[in-house]
Amino acid sequence: MSDKDGKLSKNMKILKDKMLDTISGVPLLGWLFGILIAVLLEHFAGDLLVDVLGLPKIPVLFGCVIILKKPLMIPGAMLYMLLIYILPISIVARLSSVPANRVAAKLLDYPMFVSVLIHIALFYASLYIWSEISAYRVLTLKLTLVAIILTLSLNVINGYMGEFSCSHPGFMALGAYGASVFTVLLFANDKIFGHALLPPSLGPFMFPIALIIGGITAALGALVIAIPSFRTRGDYLAIISLAFLFIVKSMIENLEVVGGPRGLSSQPDYAGLPTVFMWTVACIWITNNFVRSTLGKALNAVRDDEMAADAMSVNTRRTKMVAFLFAAFWAGVAGGLFAHVLRYVNPGTFGLQKLAEVLAMVYFGGLNSVYGSIVGAVSLSLLGEALRPLEIFKWIIIPLLLILVMIYRPTGLIAFKEFDVGKLIKPKQRPGKEV
Amino acid sequence: MVFFFQNLVNALQWGSFYALIALGYSMVYGILMLFNFAHGDIFMVGAYIGFGVATGITALASFGAIALPNWLILVLTILISMFLTSFVGILVERLGYRPLREAPRASAAITGLMIGIILETGNLALLGAKRVSFPALIKSTTYNISGVYVTNKKIMIVVVSLMLMFALHQFVRRTKWGMAMRAMAFDYVVVPLMGVPINTIAALTFAIGSALAAAAGILFGIAYPVLDPYMGIVFGWKAFVAAILGGRGSILGATLAGFLLGFIEIFVAMIFPSTLRDLIAYSIILLILTFRPHGFFGEPYSARLRL
Repeated sequence: MSDKDGKLSKNMKILKDKMLDTISGVPLLGWLFGILIAVLLEHFAGDLLVDVLGLPKIPVLFGCVIILKKPLMIPGAMLYMLLIYILPISIVARLSSVPANRVAAKLLDYPMFVSVLIHIALFYASLYIWSEISAYRVLTLKLTLVAIILTLSLNVINGYMGEFSCSHPGFMALGAYGASVFTVLLFANDKIFGHALLPPSLGPFMFPIALIIGGITAALGALVIAIPSFRTRGDYLAIISLAFLFIVKSMIENLEVVGGPRGLSSQPDYAGLPTVFMWTVACIWITNNFVRSTLGKALNAVRDDEMAADAMSVNTRRTKMVAFLFAAFWAGVAGGLFAHVLRYVNPGTFGLQKLAEVLAMVYFGGLNSVYGSIVGAVSLSLLGEALRPLEIFKWIIIPLLLILVMIYRPTGLIAFKEFDVGKLIKPKQRPGKEV
Repeated sequence: MVFFFQNLVNALQWGSFYALIALGYSMVYGILMLFNFAHGDIFMVGAYIGFGVATGITALASFGAIALPNWLILVLTILISMFLTSFVGILVERLGYRPLREAPRASAAITGLMIGIILETGNLALLGAKRVSFPALIKSTTYNISGVYVTNKKIMIVVVSLMLMFALHQFVRRTKWGMAMRAMAFDYVVVPLMGVPINTIAALTFAIGSALAAAAGILFGIAYPVLDPYMGIVFGWKAFVAAILGGRGSILGATLAGFLLGFIEIFVAMIFPSTLRDLIAYSIILLILTFRPHGFFGEPYSARLRL
């Protein structure tokens, strides 16, 4: 009996090794190419396949809704996933691995940004084609991208700096209102602010300025927290930032100029998928450079031992201030994007619920890591959407999942890992084989 | 003057809820250096347990199974609910915090947050979205003391909470368990080596904190007899502010800060438009913390904070 078991597990191991061996030689370029083919396939043949399999329509979020709502359609949805996503991606990636490796190696001859841009363009093309199927996908995608910016910026404070900040929804609110007031005042006809001051055709070009204004508003707000709380270390940032969150929310509720508790609407439709995508890429790039810079390393030193860092000539107070304002700036940008994606904001959005959500994303994904933030934001956003059919039980399953992650990996799924773009895009070799 | 005293009475009542909840935060924070973010929801669970117990006892009494005077029902409700809720606290500690004792403190805070969400949603799933009204255990009578209106409920609430706080103070000062707790707050690493059972003390801390939160929940239910599953969120976070404002692990500090928060909120709402309450109240707290970052009775930060 045990012999049979041993043989079985040995076979499994060989199978696993074989599968790993097959896919480990595929560079990122090959994967992106495979994904592109898969979404093209869905774009052109999705409807046909849906008819054949007897599904009501193309499964919007990887079939989760169908699986949870109509158990009879589970085989159809699974088959759809297999035929549209899993098989094409793996087959194309595997088949194209040799040319893709060659291309990736060739691209290394040029400056790195060329290769990075090509990767990003391929990825964006796939996202665009994928999201074209329905407006729901576009919205989910945009909100996920905004969540990535938000999570990344909170990770700078809670992960890299090692403080516990509770004020991120507050920064987000400041950014959302700062950017919205700018665009609504200048480019939209609105009940509160009257007619547009500038021709609306200028608007899309000024949108980056609006977002930066939102970010700066948030950073100025962050100064209110940073000045008192970075004189000493300890848990006082947690409570000061919490008090700040209450203050911001209450302030906006009392400002009749921006609509008070009713909220502010009629933001122009500037935050299309390309805009949000570009800002997210910019945020990932800048944050990654920030945390790998001397300042970022100093930040880690401050987290691990402030006194030792001080002795090693790190200006601890300045380091903490810069990082905090940096994070607040990006939270503000995320807020501005959020406001323009939904085209409506109200102060109730930026409450304790949002705080729990952002904190969950940061700690689920992993502290001190750009990878972790991306993984955390994407997985929790998509999970939140996918489990929607479960109604309130969603709010039992997701917290349980998080508790389990916290117990077995207390710092999150992918913590303390450096995001190395050069390593990511370089051609891959199959283990044991020379190319 | 009458205006002032009238609001003073209201503020005393409002502050005693904050103070009772803040004590639970403060004790856990002082001894285990953890933010127990589930505490606000334990307050909610306590209120619901109190509701269940009170309904049960009054039903028994009305069937004539037992004949009890009203005040005894109240006392029994408070005691039984405190006892039951303390097990919720122990359970939370056992499942959510003990596995994470060696983890970064922030991870434990996230666990607490998530346990809080589970408690809220679980309650919603079990009892449905409708609000329940707390049974009226005592008849309300109003006394007019030279223009100031005081109800017997308010007096009862303030007296009961002060009694509980005094009992806690005595427990921590006079008993061996209390001494162990204080020792643990003093040094988290060495004291367990001296034979103090850390798990028991941690469980005891959570149990006491939860019992106090349950008492606060019942008193809240008596004053404002409508319970809903999300009532603990705002209360919990505000009491958390009060707990830290009082200083790390200081019972007196948490009590004073809780009452102070109540006073500020009530008086701001009386003098200014009530929508400005949070804005002004938390600006004042921000200001206090700017000049006293360690809270009222906390010691300055030392290097032994573990992360």
